[in-house]
Amino acid sequence: MRVGLFVTCLVDLMRPNIGFAALELLESAGCEVVVPATQTCCGQPGYNSGDRESARALALKVLEEFEACEYVVAPSGSCSGMIRTHYPDLFRDAPADLDRIERLSARTYELTDFLVNVAAIARVPGKYRGAVTYHDSCAGLRELGVKAQPRALLAKMDGVALTEMEDCAVCCGFGGTFSVKFGDISAAMAEKKCEHIQASGAETVVLGDLGCMLNIEGRLRRRGDSRTRVLHVAEVLSGRDLKGD
Amino acid sequence: MESQSIHFKKRVAGELANAQLQSNMRRFGGRFKMARAKVVGEVDDWEGTRSAGAEARDRALNNLDTWIERFESEATRRGATVLFAETGADVAELVIDICRRHGVKKAAKSKSMLSEEALLNQRLEAAGVQPVETDLGEYILQLAGEVPSHIIAPAIHKSKEEVADLFEREHHRPRTLDIPQMTREAREVLRAHFLSADMGISGGNFLIAETGSVALVTNEGNGRMVTTLPRVHVCITGIEKVLPTLEDLSLLMRLLPRSATGQSISNYFTVLTGARQPGDRDGPEHMYFVLVDNGRTNLVGGDMQEMLRCIRCGACMNHCPVYQTIGGHAYGWVYPGPMGSVLTPSYVGLENALDLPHAATLCGECSVACPVKIPLPDLLRKLREKQVERGLRPASERLGIRIWSWVAQRPRLYAFATRVATRYLRFQGGRARMISHLPLGKGWTLGRDMPAPPGRTFRELYAKRKAQ
Repeated sequence: MRVGLFVTCLVDLMRPNIGFAALELLESAGCEVVVPATQTCCGQPGYNSGDRESARALALKVLEEFEACEYVVAPSGSCSGMIRTHYPDLFRDAPADLDRIERLSARTYELTDFLVNVAAIARVPGKYRGAVTYHDSCAGLRELGVKAQPRALLAKMDGVALTEMEDCAVCCGFGGTFSVKFGDISAAMAEKKCEHIQASGAETVVLGDLGCMLNIEGRLRRRGDSRTRVLHVAEVLSGRDLKGD
Repeated sequence: MESQSIHFKKRVAGELANAQLQSNMRRFGGRFKMARAKVVGEVDDWEGTRSAGAEARDRALNNLDTWIERFESEATRRGATVLFAETGADVAELVIDICRRHGVKKAAKSKSMLSEEALLNQRLEAAGVQPVETDLGEYILQLAGEVPSHIIAPAIHKSKEEVADLFEREHHRPRTLDIPQMTREAREVLRAHFLSADMGISGGNFLIAETGSVALVTNEGNGRMVTTLPRVHVCITGIEKVLPTLEDLSLLMRLLPRSATGQSISNYFTVLTGARQPGDRDGPEHMYFVLVDNGRTNLVGGDMQEMLRCIRCGACMNHCPVYQTIGGHAYGWVYPGPMGSVLTPSYVGLENALDLPHAATLCGECSVACPVKIPLPDLLRKLREKQVERGLRPASERLGIRIWSWVAQRPRLYAFATRVATRYLRFQGGRARMISHLPLGKGWTLGRDMPAPPGRTFRELYAKRKAQ
């Protein structure tokens, strides 16, 4: 299986470890992974800010870079949701590109969804031991139906004990540019999420999107919690939670 | 109600700093949401029923003029008078006219959000008619001089302690915190109004075209009192509320109470047709419908038409983490939460509610909960696009997005820019690897840190790894 890894701009810039974790997981699943070197951003910031033109230009760039791949996989529900559910909308009035875009969308997957439902992996290499709680990120959950997949993968790890927190499927308050435009609302929402994480008793919160990670970790640290770890599910599954960057 | 939506950010700051409101919102929290989750399973095929509900609403909206005409002729045939109002001011004018014609001094009201659009109470008072709110929540707010913060639970922002203080002051009776006792007190006061009112004003959950009827969904019984006791009944509702048939009504009634309060059926469900007929034991002598446009026709046939499906259940705000954090008053007009963030710019003008389409994380909970499948996040995004088209966004924001996109289309420039950025952020993070102050992201760092990156991009590290 030839899989194109869409690293995402946030992972590229803020936490490369997740990119390598995804890469290793896909390789351990027997995939031939290609990482197009020119990839940048999926166009979601423009799309959600009302600038369709910018979003379309970046969508065409993603199309060029990944069209040759059998599958496109991203360690993010948000970015894969953008490609899978919103790209066709961007091109609804451009029939010349729509067909190609739809074919790309249909074979784009969020990482855990791909590992469970396409690659059907039997084992995961991670060695994490301890109690974790899982935060469902919005786009992954509600646009792509990512809910059972990460939990099924974590369940393959003997050392992982999953304790669900209250409101695990409620937004953490990130919302892209929302987090800066309405920083006060966003931080208040993150605060509720942090309370639920702490009440769960887990020592680590695991999740599948870097936006939520930065938001939750940033709020945890600000409120004085330097202990609770915030890890991407790919880091936990691959065993890269133990490695530094 | 005059829109204050342009001051959204200031209002939000006030609500976030309001400890009483924050505590009330947390206490109420997910109650409606949990109640809804429990009852949707009673319906064999909830998702299919939602789709059918959306289709029924679309059928009505796609031929709205036809169904309104049918409604008008059926209602008229059964003795009601059907009037049309283009604006909120027209609504008040028509109602005041009716008051004059029938010598009305006092009007008892059951819940109507449209009367909020029309500033009806204020205008009735100015015309010498006393409006009395009889829905418990609305009654509380009328005493307090406030406006609703939720479309079905208007006083949700108030604690029982606050209501107890209010009742003590207004009812001149000993303060009590016992809710049944407080309710009894309100009932005793309201009973006299029901009996002395010359007019009853109600909203309408649905209009049924084939019979010319209005359907009312209530829990307190006041809706029946105001529509049957006074001599005159005026039903005020939006033109989009029409349904072709009673069959459609029964379908939507499977969705509405469950989505709203988590009830299988509301305590009262009333279908009213025409004024009192010879041989009827009760009912008003005169029945009027005031069907209101107030911006609705602008949505018909356009790319925002899906919003008109709305059956005013409130599920979107019950499921909205932003609404649950800031409360309904922050939104600044009649309708709060996700539906309000679409309706307010649509009805009072895009330029008068600049923040509302952006005041959402697009988390999608509202559209999953909506009983008639309104794609609220998509509609919010469309409003954002319209703002950009009309040049209503700040230049800095548009430029920021343009620059990001321009750079992201140039991989070598992008690689350079991100290398600089990651090193800068790494440096900013210091030994703790946490950034507590971002010059260009104050909105972020006021309430949070920003975890610092390791100082090299994935692309750099990957290229190095491949070279080895």
